[in-house]
Amino acid sequence: MDLRTILLVEDNPDDEALTLRALRKNNIRNEVVVAHDGVEAIDYLFATGTFAGRDADDLPQVVLLDLKLPKLDGLSVLRRLRADPRTKTLPIVILTSSNEEQDRLVGYDLGANSYVRKPVDFNQFIEAIRQLGLYWLILNEPVPARRG
Amino acid sequence: MRRVKHRSIVEKLTRMSMLVSGIALLVACVSFIGFDMLTFRANKVRSISTQAQIIGSNAVSALLFNDPQSAEDTLSALRAAPSIVSAGICTLDGRAFASYSRDHTLTTPPALPTSQSEAYSINDKQIVLARLIVFKGKPTGIVWIRSDVQELTRRLTRYAGIALIVMVASLFAAFYLSSMYRKEISSPIVRLAEVARIVSRDKNYSLRATSAGSTAETSVLVGAFNEMLAQIQERDKELLEAHEELEQRVRNRTDELAAANKELEAFSYSVSHDLRAPLRSIDGFSLALIEDYGAKLDEGGKDYLRRVRAASQRMSQLIDDMLNLARVTRRSMQRETVNLSGLAKSIANDLSKEEPNRRVEFSIAEGLTADADSGLMKIAMQNLIGNAWKYTSAHDRARIEFGRTDQNGSSAYFVKDDGAGFDPRYVERLFGAFQRLHAATEFPGTGIGLATVQRIIHRHGGQVWAEGNVEHGATFYFTL
Repeated sequence: MDLRTILLVEDNPDDEALTLRALRKNNIRNEVVVAHDGVEAIDYLFATGTFAGRDADDLPQVVLLDLKLPKLDGLSVLRRLRADPRTKTLPIVILTSSNEEQDRLVGYDLGANSYVRKPVDFNQFIEAIRQLGLYWLILNEPVPARRG
Repeated sequence: MRRVKHRSIVEKLTRMSMLVSGIALLVACVSFIGFDMLTFRANKVRSISTQAQIIGSNAVSALLFNDPQSAEDTLSALRAAPSIVSAGICTLDGRAFASYSRDHTLTTPPALPTSQSEAYSINDKQIVLARLIVFKGKPTGIVWIRSDVQELTRRLTRYAGIALIVMVASLFAAFYLSSMYRKEISSPIVRLAEVARIVSRDKNYSLRATSAGSTAETSVLVGAFNEMLAQIQERDKELLEAHEELEQRVRNRTDELAAANKELEAFSYSVSHDLRAPLRSIDGFSLALIEDYGAKLDEGGKDYLRRVRAASQRMSQLIDDMLNLARVTRRSMQRETVNLSGLAKSIANDLSKEEPNRRVEFSIAEGLTADADSGLMKIAMQNLIGNAWKYTSAHDRARIEFGRTDQNGSSAYFVKDDGAGFDPRYVERLFGAFQRLHAATEFPGTGIGLATVQRIIHRHGGQVWAEGNVEHGATFYFTL
């Protein structure tokens, strides 16, 4: 199976390390690219800025998107991705510690595919990541990328 | 009707001045005429008496010498007095001696008293006067004169005519003068009345009555009226300002409240997001240590790490409960008919499924409903029944009851259990946030549940209270 990358948008290095560990624990072997703020995530996906020259058609299998981010917050990133035809169907999972109803509603409204609350209990977090891996990396066939 | 009842001040003033001047004139005329008549009559009588004396003196010799011709000559001198109708001289025994008549008609002498030297009588036609003729102290005869009162009547008629003319002229003058003055008196009052009418109709307190051409009293009245208007206007202004200030204050408070609410929301968001992140790190890395480096740690080290994890999870629970408590206060309420019996049953089912080994008998009254917010009531009922479930966990068998009862005359819902109960001395602390009557090792919990229940019940305008005793269960009552 051709393992496509996972884009993790996360500014907290602890959460980054723990998420990577959780993925590893679940034997998810995909390459994980980490963007540390919203602008970096946009640059990576649209191959602009520091990622100019990257193949913009090489989209990740799934984007794990934190909501609270420096520069450009998660919901703004989501809005930008859903506004562009190339990334319109890109699987995006909101991964956040916020349990605010408002965030959840807006997230789904803007077209997030899933919403996972980062639990404090790390075992629950590993379980959530496992579910994600099962669903988005194995069960969910990506929409064929449109060209031209 | 109103017109008749409330004559205008102009009309009243005119009537008054006419009446006063009319009565004054009438009284003056009548008194003058009356006095004049009396004086005139007295003069007349005196003049007749003088004539009688003169005639009497002149006729003494005629009487003494019994010469009636001479007496008649004397009497004929009366022709010069046109008012004297007839006259005569009698002897003392009443026999006519000589007589005079202006129109030569036969005249009869009047009956005369003899006891007085002079007597007269007056009626509305004539004056008759009789006088003794005395010669050397001895009465020798009687002279009488009859005079008509035509002159008096003429004079009276003339006076009445003059009085009438004077009256009419005076009344005209009074009318004219009063119409001049009444305008001066009445116009400030009329203007004042008009201003008062406009003010009360338009509620325009900035109007003022003018006191130009007023009398002292009306200008006092106008001044007082204007003063009153000024006070009303001032008070009106103050009221308006106070009202505006109040509105401004309400607006400010609303803005402040909105800002505070927004801040609180930002705070909650921050709490839910930022406070949880380090906890996740603490828990996550502690687990990583146990899992990845467990071999290098002894049991003591692993126990410490487990404690670290338990503490971080407990803190996470506290944060969640706190946020939920805040959310219960914040969220909008929508009242509808809530099936409390159904709610209680479904909560009981969930609890039984979670811990199927517990032997708890649920007794839930049928058909209990309430007009309340269903979401909030679910949270409240979950907390109450969940508490009952938790605090009966130390007993092998337990009974949890939900129903309705009469408390102090009003209907209250209740959740009753036969569990650990509580010390009634601390009943006040039950509903305080983060207040617990049991150690966490005994029964787990954060002490938020009953505070949440209380907020929900209070938001519904209801009351919540508890009864219980250590090891004799607890009953929580609430009204909605």
